[in-house]
Amino acid sequence: MSAGQGAPPGRRRFSGRRTQTGNRIELGEVLLEVEDLKKYFPMKTSGLFRRPADPVKAVDGISFRLRKGETLGVVGESGCGKSTAGRTILQLLPPTSGSIRYKGRDITGVTGHDLRMLRLEMQMIFQDPYGSLNPRQTIGSIVGAPFAIQRIDPEGGVKAEVQRLMERVGLNPEHYNRYPHEFSGGQRQRIGIARAIGLRPSLIVCDEPVSALDVSIQAQVVNLLEDIQNDFDLTYVFVAHDLSVVRHISDRVAVMYLGKIMEMADRDELYGDPLHPYTQALLSAVPLPDPRKENRRARILLTGDLPSPINPPSGCVFHTRCPRFREELTEQERTRCVKEVPAQVPLDADHGVACHYAGPAAAPVL
Amino acid sequence: MSTALSVESEERAPGGDVLLSVRDLRVRFPTEDGLVKAVDGLSFDLRQGETLGIVGESGSGKSVTSQAIMGLYRGTRAEISGLISFDGVDLLGLGDEELRRRRGKDVAMVFQDPLSALHPYYTVGNQVVEAYLVHHETSKSAARQRAIDMLDRVGIPNPAKRIDQYPHEFSGGMRQRAMIAMALVNDPRLVIADEPTTALDVTVQAQILDLLVGLQKEFGSSIIIITHDLGVVAEMANEILVMYAGRAVERGVAEELFYAPEHPYTWGLLQSMPRMDRLRIERLRPIPGNPPSLISPPSGCAFHPRCTFRDDARLGCAQVEPGFDADRPHPVRCLIPPDERIRIFQTQIRPSL
Repeated sequence: MSAGQGAPPGRRRFSGRRTQTGNRIELGEVLLEVEDLKKYFPMKTSGLFRRPADPVKAVDGISFRLRKGETLGVVGESGCGKSTAGRTILQLLPPTSGSIRYKGRDITGVTGHDLRMLRLEMQMIFQDPYGSLNPRQTIGSIVGAPFAIQRIDPEGGVKAEVQRLMERVGLNPEHYNRYPHEFSGGQRQRIGIARAIGLRPSLIVCDEPVSALDVSIQAQVVNLLEDIQNDFDLTYVFVAHDLSVVRHISDRVAVMYLGKIMEMADRDELYGDPLHPYTQALLSAVPLPDPRKENRRARILLTGDLPSPINPPSGCVFHTRCPRFREELTEQERTRCVKEVPAQVPLDADHGVACHYAGPAAAPVL
Repeated sequence: MSTALSVESEERAPGGDVLLSVRDLRVRFPTEDGLVKAVDGLSFDLRQGETLGIVGESGSGKSVTSQAIMGLYRGTRAEISGLISFDGVDLLGLGDEELRRRRGKDVAMVFQDPLSALHPYYTVGNQVVEAYLVHHETSKSAARQRAIDMLDRVGIPNPAKRIDQYPHEFSGGMRQRAMIAMALVNDPRLVIADEPTTALDVTVQAQILDLLVGLQKEFGSSIIIITHDLGVVAEMANEILVMYAGRAVERGVAEELFYAPEHPYTWGLLQSMPRMDRLRIERLRPIPGNPPSLISPPSGCAFHPRCTFRDDARLGCAQVEPGFDADRPHPVRCLIPPDERIRIFQTQIRPSL
């Protein structure tokens, strides 16, 4: 199964989009704008006295702008709200507040016919290639389902189109009538990709699309995602926890913590010059496949676990685990971290950091 | 595959005495579809105080190996043969009662998923105390004190209170710490950690790996760490064993494996992962194809259908089964002649890493 290997080299999506120094010279049109998006999950009232419980603040005010053909990587630990953010953008979950504009139109909370029209443009690729495919349906009917739902009759009929899609993602079109259990994890993920691109969407939210796959297979699927992005002019929101994969595939990267964006920047800038202490800790925690480098590296260890999103810390949500707060700041500066919420990373930030005392790490983190 | 080699004929890098010696281990599971050869002739040694990393993809047999060492296939339909010698005693030949006396005391295990490995119905303390009482004649209160000490040692805050909580009240990282406490409560000489950090976030993974290294220094135990993450073995292991389709394909000290690997599969693993510490490459280089079936593995070298270099071997990779001399310092299961392998790595692989 070597699809995803044969694409021409030198494919990058907009050539000349940036100069060597990283200045923008030519910009794609804005496809998606998310502003101050919040998603709270209400908790059931509990206890004897039925007092209303605090909601889970899964996404707590995030903003970003995505241009056509771009890939925004969203990283963070489990429970940081990255998957919820992806689902809320697609209107799979109704947002609590904030706005989502797609091609300049406000799509926050659309329903019915409008929502169905929107689905033609926005699709999703899921993490679990086992759970996201109905085991009782054949591949043909899974990949063909979007056509049936949207009542679209592609040229040459649904079956021919589905087989074309299967071939495009590196599956054998003769396996049209097989069931998901007859495929390996990597092949199932290809099925999920074929289903997502069938209606020629513009935007795909990929939720941990390769994290369930073995390394050698992961690279095949990453290459496939990049190829179809070029072929179909796709824009990706790529949600993942693997920082190496995100660096490889993304143009811009947003780092989330407890429902907020801590730092957002161009890929090379975020990895080369991280300014938020959380980004620095995250990068330094990734073990590198290089024993000599590993021995030399100073790791920034975060203490403790992620605080509860029901009752997040006051001020800067990261201050309870922040190494800079603990080791570098004065008493007065700390008070600010505890009391004052850092300004949200604005939607059009070149390199936005939500930290009162942002700055480079003491030692290089990679 | 040579037959059971003598354990004493060991002459390799200096270090402690050989603690664990596995020779020609085979684990097979009869299924409706045929015999699954999960581990097919595996041999390696582990010295006192050292860490061995076993690397491979799912289905390569790495977890089955660890469970076989623990004797967890007893009473199942699995067919096991070979030699697993721990401190000179053949674990496969032990009676059930004798094995039970050793399991958890001499050899302990840390599982991947602490939520399913801990019993949801008992408090964390109960489970750690039980692990201790099985092997020690002591009072419950002494065992409880020991458990509190261990929880404290692995970095669980407020252990005297947390000991009475249930696993679901612990976060993922805390559960993994509790499991490490349970594994270490009897001062085992060998700890097998099977993907101990795979379910955890990187920041928590860093804490847990740090903890394992620190505890190893303190207790002098040996560790087998099983993982698919080459970064984790780079940080932890002195020696690395790469497995493919139930067999070892390459083994060597960590430096050799990372800076002078010789097996095409090891090259493929190193090449296919995106690297954060290198310049970004335009395109990843995956290993083509899929892992093989363990019921009817490919003829000859099991890796040959996916190997880019099969034409470099002068022997037919599809017909001839390459050998693996476990007693050499850097054994490689490959038909390409050694100098040729070194040349390919230097000229074609290394520049692209």
